[in-house]
Amino acid sequence: MSPSPWTGRARVDDRVILRVGAKILIPFILIFALYVQFHGDYGPGGGFQAGVIFAAAFVLYALVFGLGNAIKVLPPKAAYFCGAFGVLLFVGVGYASMALGGEFLNYSVLAHDPTHGQHYGIIGVELGVLITVFGVMVALFYAFAGRRRLDR
Amino acid sequence: MISPTEVVDIVLLILLAVTGVAVIRTRNLFAAVMLAGIYSLVSAGLFVVMDAVDVAFTEAAVGAGISTVLMLGTLALVGYQEHEPRHTPLLPLFVVVLTGGILVYGTTDMPPFGHPENPAHQHVAPHYLEESEHEVGHIPNVVTSVLASYRGYDTMGETAVVFTAMVGVLLLLSRGPLPRRVHHNGRWITVRPGTTREELEARMLAESGDEPEPVDGEGARG
Repeated sequence: MSPSPWTGRARVDDRVILRVGAKILIPFILIFALYVQFHGDYGPGGGFQAGVIFAAAFVLYALVFGLGNAIKVLPPKAAYFCGAFGVLLFVGVGYASMALGGEFLNYSVLAHDPTHGQHYGIIGVELGVLITVFGVMVALFYAFAGRRRLDR
Repeated sequence: MISPTEVVDIVLLILLAVTGVAVIRTRNLFAAVMLAGIYSLVSAGLFVVMDAVDVAFTEAAVGAGISTVLMLGTLALVGYQEHEPRHTPLLPLFVVVLTGGILVYGTTDMPPFGHPENPAHQHVAPHYLEESEHEVGHIPNVVTSVLASYRGYDTMGETAVVFTAMVGVLLLLSRGPLPRRVHHNGRWITVRPGTTREELEARMLAESGDEPEPVDGEGARG
């Protein structure tokens, strides 16, 4: 049985092509996630997809460089925080529009021009979705990858 | 006469069926996980053909990407080989055939795909398509307008569901059972669950007189 790729002890040193390839790919994956996020107004995409792609970059990092190094880059607690913070941001935008005299999640009151307010609101809630989905995906990955077999 | 899109449809659906059968037939769970990823990717292609690009995007990223990795993580824990089933597959086959038959029967009542007179295109969709530019602003992607503004409540609920999923998984999987304090040979020590009495005795012998430490075998790896 080949060693598990989850602990980072798995023959990392022979996988030069994988490591170099991942190092080149990861920045582009992150940029692409941000593109999907901010281009969601004009084409397919949005917070959910962007969050998954952003998390995929971290998952790729963890797969290639080991879970220990990934946890140094993004501690599990930060992922948990992201998972909760995104929901709070979403709800916060809702309460902000209430505080400014509109209904809950009625973004039109967020700016003088209603369509601008809508735009700000959508950016806010999409950011909330991005942060939550990113945090949750990374947290799930940590939860699954961090377990060890009981019989080892 | 078969149009080119229909050829694509047929090829994708055949691929889907072949992958599905292959997932059932293989006993190698690693292959099954990989085939499930391919299944998701082919489904994503099917969604693209049906002009649901956003759904295809999500299916490709979540179904073929993240969930495949999570399944592989699970396989690292449970092993790569599936046991031979201990019962005949006749009852499950019956249930699956029955359910599939009912679903196929249900499709005969569905409106024709993409027809403008369909109920889905008669209710609020025309309003979204025509008015979102004035109501929500200059956002060419109506999907985003509907998702984030018109149906903001729904999306908030979905975000909360995603968060709840994280809480559930962490409750089940993270860190495992908590260590316990036990009273042993006249002093209190912290023991990780699953430690046998022999391990405990050996540990006590090895560190007799020292400050008690958690009996945990493997510490956190930096």
